[in-house]
Amino acid sequence: MQRVGVFVCWCGSNIAGTVDVQAVSEALKNEPGVVYSANYQYMCSQAGQEMIKAAVKEHRLTGIVVCSCSPRMHEATFRKTAAAAGLNPYMVEIANIREQCSWVHKDMMTGTEKAIILGKAAIAKVNLNAPLTPGESPVTKRALVIGGGIAGIQTALDIADAGFPVDIVEKQPTIGGKMAQLDKTFPTLDCAACILTPKMVDVAQNEKIRIFSYSEVTDVHGFVGNFDVKIKKKARYVKEDICTGCGACVEKCPMKKVPNEFNLGMDNRHAIYIPFAQAVPKVATIDPNACNMLKNGKCGVCAKVCAAGAIDYKQKDEIIEEKYGAIVVATGFNPISMDKFDEFAYSQSKDVITSLEFERLTNAAGPSAGKLLRPSDGKHPHTIVFVQCVGSRCAACAEKGKEYCSKICCMYTAKHAMLTRDKYPDTEVYVFYIDARTPGKNFDEFYRRAVEEYGVKYIKGMVGKVVPEGDKLKVQASDLIANKQLHIDADLVVLAAAIEPDKSARPLATMLTASMDTNDFFTEAHPKLRPVESPTAGVFLSGACQGPKDIPETVSQAGAAASKVIGLLAKDKLTGNPCVASSNELMCNGCSTCERVCPYGAITYIDKEFRMPDRTTKIRRVAVVNPAVCQGCGACTVACPSGAMDLNGFKNSQIMAEVDAICK
Amino acid sequence: MQKITREQLLEKACALLASGEVSCVLGWGAGEFGYDVTPTVFKTAEELKEGFVFGDFCGVNFSKYLVSKTQKLEGKILVFLKPCDTYSFNQLLTEHRFDREKVYAVGIPCEGMADIAKVKAIAGEGIVSIEAKGEKLLVTTLYEDAPVEIDAKDVLAERCVNCKSKKHVAYDELLGEEGDVLDSARFDEVARLEAMTPDERFAFWQNELSKCIRCNACRDACPACTCEKCVFDNPNSGVENKSPANSFEEKMFHIIRAFHVAGRCTDCGECSRVCPQNIPLHLLNRKFIKDINEFYGEYQAGAEVGARAPLVNYTTEDLEPGEVFDRRGENA
Repeated sequence: MQRVGVFVCWCGSNIAGTVDVQAVSEALKNEPGVVYSANYQYMCSQAGQEMIKAAVKEHRLTGIVVCSCSPRMHEATFRKTAAAAGLNPYMVEIANIREQCSWVHKDMMTGTEKAIILGKAAIAKVNLNAPLTPGESPVTKRALVIGGGIAGIQTALDIADAGFPVDIVEKQPTIGGKMAQLDKTFPTLDCAACILTPKMVDVAQNEKIRIFSYSEVTDVHGFVGNFDVKIKKKARYVKEDICTGCGACVEKCPMKKVPNEFNLGMDNRHAIYIPFAQAVPKVATIDPNACNMLKNGKCGVCAKVCAAGAIDYKQKDEIIEEKYGAIVVATGFNPISMDKFDEFAYSQSKDVITSLEFERLTNAAGPSAGKLLRPSDGKHPHTIVFVQCVGSRCAACAEKGKEYCSKICCMYTAKHAMLTRDKYPDTEVYVFYIDARTPGKNFDEFYRRAVEEYGVKYIKGMVGKVVPEGDKLKVQASDLIANKQLHIDADLVVLAAAIEPDKSARPLATMLTASMDTNDFFTEAHPKLRPVESPTAGVFLSGACQGPKDIPETVSQAGAAASKVIGLLAKDKLTGNPCVASSNELMCNGCSTCERVCPYGAITYIDKEFRMPDRTTKIRRVAVVNPAVCQGCGACTVACPSGAMDLNGFKNSQIMAEVDAICK
Repeated sequence: MQKITREQLLEKACALLASGEVSCVLGWGAGEFGYDVTPTVFKTAEELKEGFVFGDFCGVNFSKYLVSKTQKLEGKILVFLKPCDTYSFNQLLTEHRFDREKVYAVGIPCEGMADIAKVKAIAGEGIVSIEAKGEKLLVTTLYEDAPVEIDAKDVLAERCVNCKSKKHVAYDELLGEEGDVLDSARFDEVARLEAMTPDERFAFWQNELSKCIRCNACRDACPACTCEKCVFDNPNSGVENKSPANSFEEKMFHIIRAFHVAGRCTDCGECSRVCPQNIPLHLLNRKFIKDINEFYGEYQAGAEVGARAPLVNYTTEDLEPGEVFDRRGENA
């Protein structure tokens, strides 16, 4: 039998105002197991905690019930108090008589009655409490960053800076991501490559960082501190360690008509290619779908011209297995497909482009060497129409676009419009918008400059239709403020396409058992207080995989994710939560129901030998919970048909005792 | 009235035993009375020839026996499975309850099994023998000079009247012809209960369940009830041997059991077949099956090995609990 002490807190007048605390401590005195009951003004104060410690000694308490605020507030406090008094910290139960009682009741009578009932339930539970000891697990001091865009790069650099080894897995042949494709960056207009490529070089030169480019994560097992990851290094048919990136093979490759992904298909590359001049690693890659040698064994020019002898047509995909302590997801975003937006004639006219294509078109390393020329005829466009929110904030057309705001489009469109007017003052620039959303440091000033100094014509309203006619694009739009229809003959139409998470994110989330929202953005553990952690322990979020973000936000989130990783890797051992599920193997059938409902992959099965009453042995399949992975959600305990699964600290018997106490 | 004969099954069993493919046969053995067939393990052709029976009273679903027999017996076991038995067979495989490698399953066609209670209702007590003759059953009793002739169709067990499938969903070998999944009227009786007022329904179940003698036959025969330790045998569960406060509380046994097998019950009907008090226990399970079908889409437990049952699966299309509440109507 437990010796329970009950401590009723007044919380100043927060509780005492609607609950007769004296009556509560008197009423609970006679509950089974209770040997001491008291009340005090602030139980969480130093004096209150001392009172608990003294009572433990004096009354030889084995269990403590504190009737106070929500356990989310002070359960940890009182557990520490119990530990300081020599008790197991899990012998403390909190009856929440503030949020669940005094704050929701106005009448002293009902408030007091309910507080007593809640206290009885907690006493019934603590009578069945057993001391719990959290387990420990070691930490592999290496981090994995999935995605090598600016988010992944910054996270990796920050982790490596703290002295921990980091691997970056990037599915493209080079790191750099979307930022490498951008021309200038708002609001300061510094060139993206100028600020990004030094970071890429830092990554390449950092001894703590390994880059697995042209690679994908194919399998993740394990748990926080101890992930086992399989990485597939796709065959690039070039020996990475030998290739010098001289580019001789690229020059001589006869297969020149492959759409260049880096320039979004607006020009061509060779079958063997280096995506762009500053690529990291600067290594050639052979596109197996385009290379004649790989397709039918006829060619072999690159192997002949390669002085280093780096070409290897027989290279195979390679699987690398590595252990990690923490995983950072930085899979980024893509503009959505414009296939469903026929009204803007994207598929009919080459001169209707997306904003990312516009970036390449204005970039010195782009298809037109930085001159703003129409993709169709290479002429200078004199009238440009920018359309914002194409597929963003599309609540009514969810099958076409996205309900959310893509966040970055207002600013980059202002940038595009401003730069166009700056370089080509003879160009008429129209921007159609729903709202101009420009919160952010120096953002609104930037947008105002586009309107006021550069004479960009901002028109509130949406474009209804774009019709190619001759060499013009007839744009029909509405001006909501003037309340009239507009017809503009444009030379170029630029669509600010909504952004969506990369397609690789969904299968990755399944592998990581990390949760996602309906838009496939990764969900954070808490939207305000734990924004860079995923609810799955040891998995962190960096950049646009968690939600639309601009570069400054991405970089700061990347740093935040890195600091969380560093905090984790700095520990030698991780202390687990002891309130996890455990299976009674004598009752377990091995039916796999629990495994199916476990959202964390914490349950596995083993064949275990049992001694039977007749002295024979029997091998049975039974469930085993990995306490380091289990998050204590309890889904398995409800699903288990045999009642073999139970949750430590919240055993079915304890919950039933609470219910019984309340219903008595 | 079975299309397949004892001799055909015997021949198959003896051949498999002789070839060494199987080491024993799980089959129907003669009981005390002709209609009182007992599951039996036969290890030799001689044992089979002597004791193996097959006829209109061979309703036993052997699937559950495989859980214990595969553990205890050496080598492969030959088991005869009627179409409805194969669903239980698959469901147990889904739950990893026996080793598939240790079983040689022979699917046999079934024309429906007879219910001895219905036979007795027509022919009276004191049955000495029952002989199948075409579509008729000739029942000889102690009290009548001539055998009573009964139409086999009139004494079909309820689960066979409302047969859900003549198609086997699992077997290694099939004897006779394969049938189809049937459109049965098995939920009609549930719908009738649903249409009752709560008071009427309570009275109905109070009446039925008060007949229960807690012999546990339903639990012991149920292929979904294969817990290592049944909650009703577990002293730590809080419901074991609980002295009932009123007569109905004891009958909670059946409701708890229905919840326990919800989503896993294949509607094989063994619970009602074995009940010595003839309580229509299958109706509780069918109510769950009907609800699952209506709330989460058609689902037949055991149709497929490894299928995710709706109750242990989550999809974004799942019904909100509030919607369940709204749909239940006034009579819930």
